[in-house]
This record gives sequence, C-alpha cells and structure tokens, in this order.
Amino acid sequence: MRRNRRLAALSATVFLFLAACAKNAPQTTLKPKGDVARRIDHLINPVFLVAAVVFVLVEGLIVICLVRFRARPDSPEPEQIHGNSRLEVGWTLAPAVILLLVAIPTIKTIFDLARKPADAVNITITGHQFWWEIHYDDLGVTTANELRMPAGRPVEITLHSDDVIHSFWIPPLGGKTDVVPGRSNHMHYEADAPGTYLGQCTEFCGASHANMRARAIAMNPVDFDAWVAGQKAGPVTPPAGSLAEAGMNIFTSRGCAGCHTVEGLTAGKVGPNLTHFATRTSFAGSIFDNNDANLHTWLGDPQAVKPGNKMIIPGAKLNPDEINKLVAYLDSLH
Amino acid sequence: MAIVTPSRPEALAPADRLDTPTRFLRRPTGYTKGLWGWLTTVDHKKIGLMYMGTAFIFFMIGGFEALLLRIQLGSPDNTFLRADTYNQVFTMHGTTMIFLVIMPLSAGLANYLLPIMIGARDVAFPRLNAAGYWIFLVGGLFMYSSFLLGGAPNGGWFGYVPLSRNMPGHNIDYWVFGLQILGIASLTGAVNLIVTVINMRAPGMSLMRMPIFVWMSLVAQFLLLFAIPVITVALFLLNFDRLFSTNFFNVAAGSDPLLWQHLFWLFGHPEVYILILPAMGIVSEVLPVFTRKPLFGYQVMVFSGIAIGFMGWGVWAHHMFATGLGPVAVSAFSASTMFIAVPTGVKIFNWIATMWKGKITFSTPFLFAVGFVAMFTIGGLSGVTHGVVPADTQQTDTYYIVAHFHYVLFGGSMFGLFSGAYYWWPKFTGRLLNDRIGKVHFWLMLIGFNMTFGPFHILGLQGMPRRIYTYPAGRGWDVWNMVSTIGSFVIAASVLTFIYNIYKSRNSPLVGDDPWDARTLEWTVPSPPPEYNFKEIPLITSRDELWHRKYTEDEHGRAVRRELPEAQPVMAGTEVEPSGEAHEGPDLLGADVGHGGEGAEEHEPHIHMPSPSYWPLMVALGLPIICYGMIYKVWAVAIIGGIWTMSSIYAWALEPATAPEDTPVHGPDTAGHDVEAVPAS
Amino acid sequence: MTETITATSGSHSEVEPGHPPTATGLSNEKVGMWAFLGSECLLFGALISTYLLFKGQSKPGTIVPKDVFDIPYTSVSSFVLLMSSLTMVLALAAIQRGDHRRTRVWILTTALLGASFVAGQCYEFTTFVREGMNLRVNLFGSSFFVLTGFHGAHVTIGVLMLLSLYSMSLRGKLPESKAETVELVGLYWHFVDIVWIVIFTLVYLIP
Repeated sequence: MRRNRRLAALSATVFLFLAACAKNAPQTTLKPKGDVARRIDHLINPVFLVAAVVFVLVEGLIVICLVRFRARPDSPEPEQIHGNSRLEVGWTLAPAVILLLVAIPTIKTIFDLARKPADAVNITITGHQFWWEIHYDDLGVTTANELRMPAGRPVEITLHSDDVIHSFWIPPLGGKTDVVPGRSNHMHYEADAPGTYLGQCTEFCGASHANMRARAIAMNPVDFDAWVAGQKAGPVTPPAGSLAEAGMNIFTSRGCAGCHTVEGLTAGKVGPNLTHFATRTSFAGSIFDNNDANLHTWLGDPQAVKPGNKMIIPGAKLNPDEINKLVAYLDSLH
Repeated sequence: MAIVTPSRPEALAPADRLDTPTRFLRRPTGYTKGLWGWLTTVDHKKIGLMYMGTAFIFFMIGGFEALLLRIQLGSPDNTFLRADTYNQVFTMHGTTMIFLVIMPLSAGLANYLLPIMIGARDVAFPRLNAAGYWIFLVGGLFMYSSFLLGGAPNGGWFGYVPLSRNMPGHNIDYWVFGLQILGIASLTGAVNLIVTVINMRAPGMSLMRMPIFVWMSLVAQFLLLFAIPVITVALFLLNFDRLFSTNFFNVAAGSDPLLWQHLFWLFGHPEVYILILPAMGIVSEVLPVFTRKPLFGYQVMVFSGIAIGFMGWGVWAHHMFATGLGPVAVSAFSASTMFIAVPTGVKIFNWIATMWKGKITFSTPFLFAVGFVAMFTIGGLSGVTHGVVPADTQQTDTYYIVAHFHYVLFGGSMFGLFSGAYYWWPKFTGRLLNDRIGKVHFWLMLIGFNMTFGPFHILGLQGMPRRIYTYPAGRGWDVWNMVSTIGSFVIAASVLTFIYNIYKSRNSPLVGDDPWDARTLEWTVPSPPPEYNFKEIPLITSRDELWHRKYTEDEHGRAVRRELPEAQPVMAGTEVEPSGEAHEGPDLLGADVGHGGEGAEEHEPHIHMPSPSYWPLMVALGLPIICYGMIYKVWAVAIIGGIWTMSSIYAWALEPATAPEDTPVHGPDTAGHDVEAVPAS
Repeated sequence: MTETITATSGSHSEVEPGHPPTATGLSNEKVGMWAFLGSECLLFGALISTYLLFKGQSKPGTIVPKDVFDIPYTSVSSFVLLMSSLTMVLALAAIQRGDHRRTRVWILTTALLGASFVAGQCYEFTTFVREGMNLRVNLFGSSFFVLTGFHGAHVTIGVLMLLSLYSMSLRGKLPESKAETVELVGLYWHFVDIVWIVIFTLVYLIP
C-alpha cells in the first residue's frame, strides 16, 4: 500500500520530468521558441511547482493516514471527531490565498498578451476544411499552410474561417486561438530564431481534422524579404515542349483549374493558391513534405490519404502518366 | 411524547419477521413477478437497479469504444479505424460515458438509496420515476440504433456548430434527438428526487441530519433541473436548423456560432458537477464507515457542495478561453475558475481529516474511496492550471485536457461509483462481493488508469491535439501513446475482474442487514430491503442515525457500543446528542407525528405501495417513434408516435396511483426476496 | 384529510395518495410543479436570450420587427390571455367552495380564452408569413417563430389540460378533494401567462 502510493507519487514526478526533457518533440509547448510562448511558460512554471507541492502534501497526508491509522488488533475505537472550525477555516483560506497569488499574474499576462505588438507583420489566416490560407495583408502575398515570418519580429494574425470552427496553433511559439466563422479573432506570435516550428488545427473540424496541420517558418529578415520578393514575382511558365508544360495542360484540362489559382492561368478559389507551389516545404494541410514521391501518392488518390477533403478529381482517377506530368508542372512553380 | 422503538429488524425473532409481510404488504399479484414485474415496476429499488444495470452495460460498450480508440492511436499513422469511423467512435465514447454511464449510475444509486436514507417508503412520484428509466433506456437505444441506420453521430459530444449543422447524413440528428430524449429522462428524475428529498423525509430527518450522499445528490439534481432546459434549447435550435433550415447557427445569415458554445457550456459545466457531486457523496459515506469516525466537518461538506453547485454556473466560459472573448471576460472567468477550486479543496482536506486518527479497515469500498481522493486531487490540480488562461491557450483541446477530465471523471466519478458498488452491493443483494477479488480489481484499475491517462498530461504538453484519428511519427508521441494503449487494456482487465466478482458473489453467504457496521438508515432495513423499505417509518434523532443507535461516546469521545441497543427504547428527542451536532430546535414534522401518535396502537392494516403500471414504459416507447419520424421526415410516423405518447400520458393520468383494494397478498412463502433476505441466524 | 396518523409508523403511505403528510406540508405534486416551473424558467430564459441576441443580427435589407408587428392586435390577444388567469383563479375559488357548476364554467372560460389566444397567434403567424416573414428568411424570423411558437405550444398544452379537467368535472371525477389538481393546472397556467407578459414586453414593445 504505502510503497505503491509512494511509487505513484514518484512516477508522477518522473512523468513531468520526462515530459520536460523529451527529445524529438517538435510540437511541444514545453520548450518555448518565442516571446508569447516564453511568457506563458514563465507564468505556468511556478503554478506547476505549487501544484506539485500541493500534490505531494495531499498524497503524503493520505499515505500517512493509511500507514498510521490502519486498524490493528489492539487499536482502540477512535475518538469521534466531528470537525474543527479553526482547521476548516484554515484550509479554506489557504487555497484561496494561493489562488489569489496565482490569479494576479495570470490576469496581468492576459492583458499583456491581448495588446497588439508594435511593428508587426500583418497576416490574415483563413481556415478551410482542411488547410490554412495565409495572406500577407501589407505585402500582397498569398500562400498556404506555412506561416513564413521574419525571426525577431512579431506577426499579428487575423483569423477568419471559410466554413467551420478551426483553431490555429503553433505550440513552440505560443497559445492557440479559435478561428470562428463570422468573427475576426486576433493573435500574435514572434519567433526568436530562424527555424521550422510545427503546429496543428486544434478544434475538431470534420473527418480530416487530424490532417490539418501547419508550420511556422521563421527566417532571417533578409531571407524573408527575398522570399517575399519571390512570391511577388510573376508566375513561372514552363518552357514549350517540356514535361512541365504537358503537366500544365493536364492542370487546365482535368479540372484542377476549377479549384486552384495559378496566377495568370487559373482563378479557382476552393483550394490553395498554387502559383509558387514549389517554394513550399509541405502541402495538403502540411501533412506531406513537398517531394515527388508524396505528390504521386497525393495525386493518385487524395481521398484515401486525406478523407473528406474537397479535392475531388472529376472523372476517372489520374493515370500515372498524367501524374508524372502534373508533378513536373508543380515542381516548376517556383 | 411518543415512545418509539428503533426499528432493527434483524433483532426480531425470525418467525415474527416472516409474518410481517402478510400483515403489512399489499400489492397486486401476478404483475410483480418475472419480466413483466420488471417492465411495470414502480419500486424505486428495482428502478434503481435497472438504471445501474443498464448503465453498466453502456459502460462496457463505451469502454469497448475506448479500446478501439486506443488501438488506433497506439502507433503513429495507424489504419485500424478510418477517419470517419474514428470520429463516430470518439463521439459515442464521450456521449455514452457522460449521458449513458455516469449520469444514470448516479441516478440509479440515488434512486435506490435516497428514499431509504431519508426514511421513506418510496419516491415522491413512483410512476414518473419508472418513466424516467424507460425514457433513458429508449434514448440510449435510439442513439445506438444509428450505428445500424447509416452511421453514428460524428460531431463530437459537444457538437459545435456550424460543423454539426452542416454535417451531411443523419448521424448528428440521432445525437440531437437522442440527447433530447435523455434530457426528458434526466428532468423527470430531477423533479422526482428533489421532491422526494424535500418532502418525504422521515420524522426528525432535518436537512442537516441527511446523509451527505443525499445532500450531494440533491445538489446534483438541482443542477440538472436548471441545466437540462438550457441544453434542450440549444439542441432544439440545432434541430430546427437541420430539419427546417432555420438560421440559428447559419453564419451566412449573420448568426454567431459562439451562441451554441455559451448555451452548451452553460449546461456543460454544471454537468461536470452533476457527474462528480454524487461520487463525492459516496466517498463521504464510505470513508467514515471504514475509519469508524464521523465525517469531518459535515456542515462544511454540505455547504461546500452547495457552493460548488452555485459557482458551477459561473465558470462555463472557461471552456471557451481560446474563442476570442476578450481579456475582460476571460479574466473574470479565469478568476471564477480558480476559486471554484476552493470548496473542492476543502472537501479533500476534510476527507483526509476524516481518515486522520481513524481506525482504518482496508476493504475494497475504502480503497476505491481513497483512490478517488488521490486521483481526484490530480484532476483538481490540473484543473487549476487551466484557470491560468494564457497557459490554457497552450493546453485546451490537447490531451492535457483529456488527462484532466479523465482524472476527474474516471479517477473521480467512476472510482467513487465503484466504491459505492462494493459498499452497497450487500444492501442490493444481501451478499458481499469478494474482497480479495475486489482488491485485484482496485489495483488493476488504479495502475491501468494511471498508465492510460497519466501519459496524456505529457502528450498534451508536447502538443498532441484531441480528436485526431491519426498522428505522424516523429512528434515524440509514439511511446506515451503505446503506454496508454497498454494501460487501457489493463483497465479492461480490471473491469472483467469486477464482472467475475459479481458472477462469483451469487453463491457467497448472506451477510445480514449491516455487514459494515455502518452509520446510515439504509443499513437498518433488511438486505435487500422489502418493497416498502421500512416496516415502521423510523424516527430520526441524530445525524448518522444507525451509528447513534449502536454507539455512544465515552468521556474521551471514543465510540462505545451501547448495551442492548436493540431492546432499548429510545425516547424521541431526548437522546443526548454528541458534541458538535446541535440539532435541538423546532422540527415540525417530528413533533407533529409524535403528538399524532400518542397512545395509538402500533397495528396498522396495510402498507399501501403504489401499484405497478405499464404506462411509463408506453410513454417512453412513443418518443423514439416521434424522433424516427422527424429525422426521416415521415410525418405520419412522427404523428403516430405523438399520439401514442399522448394517449399513454392520458391513460397514466387517469390511472389511480394505487390500484383499488385487490387480492390481499402473500404468505411468507410467496413474499419473494423479503424472505430470502432474512439473516441466516 | 381525516385520517389520523398512526403512532409508531408515522407512515407516509397509508393515508390517501396525494395527501401524505410531508416534510414541508406541501403536497408532492405542488413541490414537483414548482420544481418543473423553475426548470421551465431556464428554458424560456434561454429562448428569450437567443431572440434578443439575434433580432438585430439579421442581414440588412431583410424583414425586421417593425415591418410586421401589429401592436394593437397583439395587445388585445395578450389581454385575452391575461384575463384567462383571472378566470383560472375564479375556477380554483369555485372548486374550493365546492361549487362545481361555477368551477366548470370558469374552467371552460379559461380554456376558451386560452384557445382564442392560440387562434389569434395562428392568425398572426399566417399574416406574417403572407408579409414575407418565415422560419428561414432571416435570424429574426427563425428566433421569433421558434420563441413564440414554443410559448404557443405551452398554451395549447394548458388548454388540453383544462379541457381534461372540464370533462373530468362533467363526469363527476373532480370532487372538492381534488381541488389541488385545479390549483396545479392553475400554477402552470399562470406561469405560461407570466412568460407571455415577458415575451410581449421584450419582443413586441421594446424596439
């Protein structure tokens, strides 16, 4: 009994310890990589500590009771204690005071984080089933699923939804905010250093909720500017006679154009804008790294790998030849 | 002053016992036997058992669903369940465990015990009580029929709009209608139990003498009374949207989807306390019995329960911290969320103080009760961290939340309910569950539970969202998910152990009325209790009535067994009350009955118990017919169901509660369980 | 009730059902009705809140309350419903006196007033629909019809209960000892009336 209780207490501590030290957890909240996440971390860590102390206290008292007061053959009948007002007032007030001490910095942080940061890059993110449309308001750039941001500079994000409620979240950078249709919600992130930070939709949004992921890619300001310039450059047209050009023809003839925009070619609005597709590191709600093998899988049967998504290829499935050509075209969209 | 003999049936000579049913019990013959007896019963104990039995079957179904979920998530990129199947299963797992397991288990236990604990022969509205059960049953079956009729609900137990408005198919319709049926059941149950406790207490059973389980159930039923209509409205609006294309949750028409969330959580948070308060009551009953001490700080326990009941209405928006409510509203709900931890914390310390300096026997009910306190504490602490809103934006909708509420609802409610099951099993059946198997069950469940849900804390903090049917490798989630999946099978094994224990207990010896040397009234009546519970309505002179009939205190405040407790007549109102319990004061009812009874002879001709009725069942059967008709828009069917239900209600209203004097009943040989329950002595 | 309560038992059950001595002195049915009405308050509270929240949210250019409301007409039907509460009181007083003929007269009057309120509501609804307002047209339409329709359904159930009482009384099955049944239906009836006063004020009168 005693040993098991202690074991439980010990293992709980070990759990938290392991959680904090876990390697290869790229989506963790425990290793903040930006200002917002770090403020949250600083706020919650003392609370975790207080909770751990209370945990040890309570479970310890339970263990002591179980050990000291277990019935023995010679135990007398216990004294009939009906209560003790002083003690009870004490353990009403003590938690209240502790909670008050927790509440004050909490409320301060709530208001701090609600303030819009100065000198932010303004971004509008629109949730779709099951991908993110990312639009840079001041830069006139539209991309999908990958939030490119300059390291060391905040991004102010306005959230809209095209269909149902989603929730945008890049854990290493900070907390999530729901993406509610009919409302504009706001959040901001800032990344300390260049790097790729993984995130995910966290409000159940339908069959492929699990397949609605996201990335934040923080870059050196110089690289970011270069990326912006690349995105603003006009669309790439494949050279005549190339495989990519054949792919472009398939793109327009097999229905892709109905849903996808490639500037200068098509104006579909259902799926992501593909004008600079080849510059992205991932696709399909960031569930695939952007490479040819994955593109083949995806184009072969989008519904199989991402159930319920809106990419339904009209008519017959794409045949391997068509897919080859399409992949070549997509690869050319720099 | 009337002289009242405390009723200790086991003290009576067996012959006397066997005679009593002939003299006292009257009920229509034929109906009460066999299947028909169960279908038409209005006996709160039978109904309570049916509630609990049905809920336990749903518990196994919900548990099976949980295993499916865990198998799917045991390894990354698993393809055991398809996306939509997974969504159906997790929706039904949540809906089942909340509405079809914990609520009816608590309702069933309250149904069985509340009248006996307050010294009543029945509930206030026996037929309404039966209707509540049948409506619950058909509601559950209706919802599960969706699996055969095109797919189960797949919008989550919280059914957020606009997703649940726009989902094609009838899956969500089954959820909406099913919950509305279950809402009717809960509402009838709430009205019935509230009136029972308010009105049917035995003489002397003042509010502050009621067992704490009665109090906590009463608070929970009040919460239900006021919470159910709120979700009913939300479901009604969603229903109209889905059936008649109204605009309540149509964003294109200018609606705000957050209305659903406000309504849902205005129900949903009190609901959390509806699920946990009865379990807190159970633990507060069990700990004193196995520590042989009274509950520490009864008044504080009562008032903290009431405080939780009130504060439970002021925290709903903490489910919506990420929805963009704005810093002012968020701060207010953050503070209220933290401070609801205060009355909860008080309870935990009072439970520990109850054990302190006790004489603790480690029987299975006690183990589960301590398990409750230990596990619920963890859930409570993680709950406080949700109140730290900025941190909650990192935690909400992740497995950290899943860990939190499983520690509260499984480590809390279910452990409490298992404690109650072991504790009251001998009252239900006359036989104990095996303690050794019970301990195996407890330890397996405790270990399995922590293995399953402990890692969820880590997974959540490592960023694993809820409600995802799959996840990629390389997120650092693989190991903990596998641990959790293994743990879920340990839990399954522990539940099988429990079933084996039940199976094995059928031959264990009868143990009499009061096997635990307990404190409250239900242990004064035979096990299982006769249909009328009390041959004589007891006169209550103190809190923990039975204990005070058996024990007094010496000069050191230690319990001392009274001499010849059974034979000793107790003068009503004259018993010295132990320190700390001051209940002198006007007690209208006690005085009334005392005077009324002065000098009267104890022989009364009959105990009229309400007669069985099949109308409650008929009323219930009409409801799913209405719903099927509406879902498929076959209005004729809906109208037939409506007429069916309406005419059953009329028939019920016109039927007298107690059938006119018919055949006098039952010699000892036909009195069924009454005789069986007589202690072997 | 005339039964004496016997000594040692203090039994709740051996006296006539419906009139047991209870801890509060009120009958179970009455406490139950109050509990139910408490629950109903939340039901209407949630519906009314929904209406108030949504009435201004409709898309511009769609139908709004002042386009359709005919305040004088609805005032008259509200008055009719209000009067029915008065006749309900008279019915209860009559049965408590044991005046069964007047009981029937007032119960029937109450039912007829209630029925004319419902009829008036049906007429109002059809007029609105003719003027282009329906369940689907906008948020105002949806929330108005569902709120008032829900209330109308409550009145209809009340009318059915009153008619049942009337027929029971005709067949001599409503003796003075069952005066409380009339009182309970009266409680429900007054509640539904009060809810209408709230709805009428918030929905019709306050712009």
